[in-house]
Amino acid sequence: MTPAILELQGISRSYATRQGLLGRKLRFRAVDEVSLSLEAGQTLALVGESGSGKSTTGRVALGLEPADHGAVRFRGTDLSQIDTASWRKLRIEMQMIFQDPLSALDRRLTILEQVREPLDIHDIGPAKEREAVASAMLASVGLHASNATKRPGQLSGGQRQRAVLARALVVQPALLVCDEPVSALDVSIQAQVVNLLTDLQASMKLSLLFISHDLKVVRQISQRVAVMYLGRIVEVGDTQAVLSNPAHPYSRALVSAVPVPGRPVGERLILDGEPPNPVARPSGCAFHPRCPFTRPDCRRFTPELTPLGDGRTVACHVVTPGKVRS
Amino acid sequence: MVVCVPIACGGPVRAATSQQTQDAKPPELLTIEDLTVAFDGVQVLRGIDLSLARGEALGIVGESGSGKSVTWLAALGLLPDTARISGRVRLEGKDLLNAPARDLDAIRGGRVAMIFQDPSSALNPVIRIGRQIGEVLARHQGLSGRSIREEVTRLFELVGIPDARRRFDAFPHELSGGQNQRVMIAMALAGKPDVLVADEPTTALDATIQAQILALLASIRRETGMALVLISHDLGLVAESCERIMVMYAGGVVETASAVQIFSRPQHPYTQGLLAALPSLEGPLQRLVPIEGQVPDPAKLPPGCCFAPRCPKRRQVCDSTVPPLVETEAGRQSACVLPASLPIRSKTAGMSA
Repeated sequence: MTPAILELQGISRSYATRQGLLGRKLRFRAVDEVSLSLEAGQTLALVGESGSGKSTTGRVALGLEPADHGAVRFRGTDLSQIDTASWRKLRIEMQMIFQDPLSALDRRLTILEQVREPLDIHDIGPAKEREAVASAMLASVGLHASNATKRPGQLSGGQRQRAVLARALVVQPALLVCDEPVSALDVSIQAQVVNLLTDLQASMKLSLLFISHDLKVVRQISQRVAVMYLGRIVEVGDTQAVLSNPAHPYSRALVSAVPVPGRPVGERLILDGEPPNPVARPSGCAFHPRCPFTRPDCRRFTPELTPLGDGRTVACHVVTPGKVRS
Repeated sequence: MVVCVPIACGGPVRAATSQQTQDAKPPELLTIEDLTVAFDGVQVLRGIDLSLARGEALGIVGESGSGKSVTWLAALGLLPDTARISGRVRLEGKDLLNAPARDLDAIRGGRVAMIFQDPSSALNPVIRIGRQIGEVLARHQGLSGRSIREEVTRLFELVGIPDARRRFDAFPHELSGGQNQRVMIAMALAGKPDVLVADEPTTALDATIQAQILALLASIRRETGMALVLISHDLGLVAESCERIMVMYAGGVVETASAVQIFSRPQHPYTQGLLAALPSLEGPLQRLVPIEGQVPDPAKLPPGCCFAPRCPKRRQVCDSTVPPLVETEAGRQSACVLPASLPIRSKTAGMSA
C-alpha cells in the first residue's frame, strides 16, 4: 500500500450562527469527527448534499480553516503544529480549484500573468524562465497560445476552468483539492475537463481530493469515495463498490436519485423530507428522521463507522447492528 | 473503440392521456412554427418548429446558449421589447405572438404556466406565499376571501408541503429551496394549466430533493393530464421524465425523437456526441468522449451546419449547406445531411483531449 499523502484524523469544525438579528449565538458542527486518508496518486471523492460539510472538510484539509479538534497530516507532518513559514512552504504542494472559475480569476490580468503569479509569489525558478514555464503549463491544460494574452472575460467557461487548473498546477503541487470543478460546465465541456484532470493526474502524479455532488463524475474519476451527511461520514469505500452496491440507506438514496434513462421515476428510493438544519441536528443517527429503515436505536445512539469486510466502512445500525455509542 | 451508450430499458413515465401512436394523432395543443428571435441584430433562435399534444411530456435538452429557454420565453411574450421575434405560436389554433396583452395575461399563469430554476428569486420575498398564490387564484379562477385560503391549502397538500394550513402565512425565506420550488409548482397549478413549462426546475436543488420534485411533477401530470415541457441540460433527467425529446444546438433543433429512440439509436452527430460525453453510473468504466471545441458565438455562426466545426463526421457539404430538420423515420426528425444509419461514432472521433 502506498503511504497516505493526506490524513484527516477526527477533525471537527464548528461555526457560530445567530437565529435572527438579536438571537442568541448557536454553535453547530459543520464537520464532525471526520477521518479520511488519501493515498498518493489516487483520487478520493467526497459526496453529499449541500450542508453535508464536504467543502468545509476540503478547506480544513488545506489549512484554509483551522480544525477545532483533530489533526491534518500532509506527508506525515501535522499541519496544525507548524509555523507560518514552513506551512507556506508545504502549502505550495497543496492547491485548490473551485466551481466558479470566473470568480476565482482576476478579471484585470491576462491569463498568462495569472498563471505566472504563483511562481513569482513563491519565488520558484529563475525569473527569466517563469513566463516560459507558465506558457508550457497553459499548453498542457489544452489552452491555445492565443489565449495567453486574453483576460478571463474573453474566455469560455471551459477555457476559464483550464486556466484555473493551470494556475493551480504551475507550482507542481502534490495534492489538488477540487471543489465541484465541473458542476458549472456543459456536458461536452465537462467531459473535456474530466479527461484533462485524469491525464494530468497521471502525468504529474497528483493526488486529488474531489468534492462533488455528481455521482457519475465521481465514478469516472475516483478510486475511493466518502459519503457525508450532516458533517459526518456515513460510508466510505472503493468507488465502484459504493456506487454499484451502496450499503448505507443514505448512499442508496443518493445513488437512486441519479436519473438513469429508461428507469421510471417511480422505481426510485425517494426520501421524505429534507436534510435537517445542522443547527438542529437530530439525536442519534442524524439521518434517522428521513431513513426508511429507522429502528429505536437510531434515535438514541450515533452509529460508528464499522468495517463491512470489503474495504468499506459504514455507519448504520441497520447495516451493521450491535455497534453503538451513547 | 466501443462507446458506451446507456440503453433505455422499459418505458418512460406515461401519462393517462399521452400520445402513444403516431397514426391516431390527437389535435395539437400548442404549435410553434418557424420561431426566430434576435437580440440587437444577432439571431439567437433560428426557426424553431415544434408541436405539443395534450397531456404529452416533451423534454428539451441542449447546452447553455442553445436557445431552449428563449424558445419558451419568446412563445409566451416574456422577452424584453428589444427582442425581435417572428414566426407563429398557436395555442389550440389561437395565435399568441400577436395576441393583445389582455389575452396574453389570461393565458400566462392560466392555461400555460412556467416555473424556473431558482424558486427563491421567482417569489416575492416580502409577500406571504399564500397571498402570492392567492393572487393567481383571484385572477385566473375568480376566487376570493376564504375560498382562496382553502384552495391554497389544497394546492400545498397536492405538492407535498407539510403543515399546509400554517404555511399560508410563511415568507419565502422561511422555506428551503426544495419547498420554495413546491410553492412555485403550486402557484403554476393554481391556474389549472394545460401546459406547464418547467425550465431547469431541479438544477438548483440537491439530488434527493430533485428526485422528490421529479416524482411530484410525474404524479401531478398523471392526475391532471396536463402537458409538461421539461427544459434541462441533463439528458438523463429528461429521458426519465418525458416521452419525446427535442435536442437543440446553437438556436436550432437538431433532433426530435422518442426518449427510447434517442438513447438506443441517436441519429444526429451532436446527440451522439452528447451521449458519449455523459459519464454513466453503470457498466464498464470508459474514458469519456468529449465534443471538441465549443458552442459557436451566435454572432459568428458558421455558414453551413452550426455543428460542423465540432462534428467528427463532417463532410465538405456541411460547411456550405444548412441541413433542414427532416423526418428520418416515423415520428422522428434529424437535421443532418448524412444518412442516419452511420455508426454511432467514427473511429477517429474525439480521442484527443
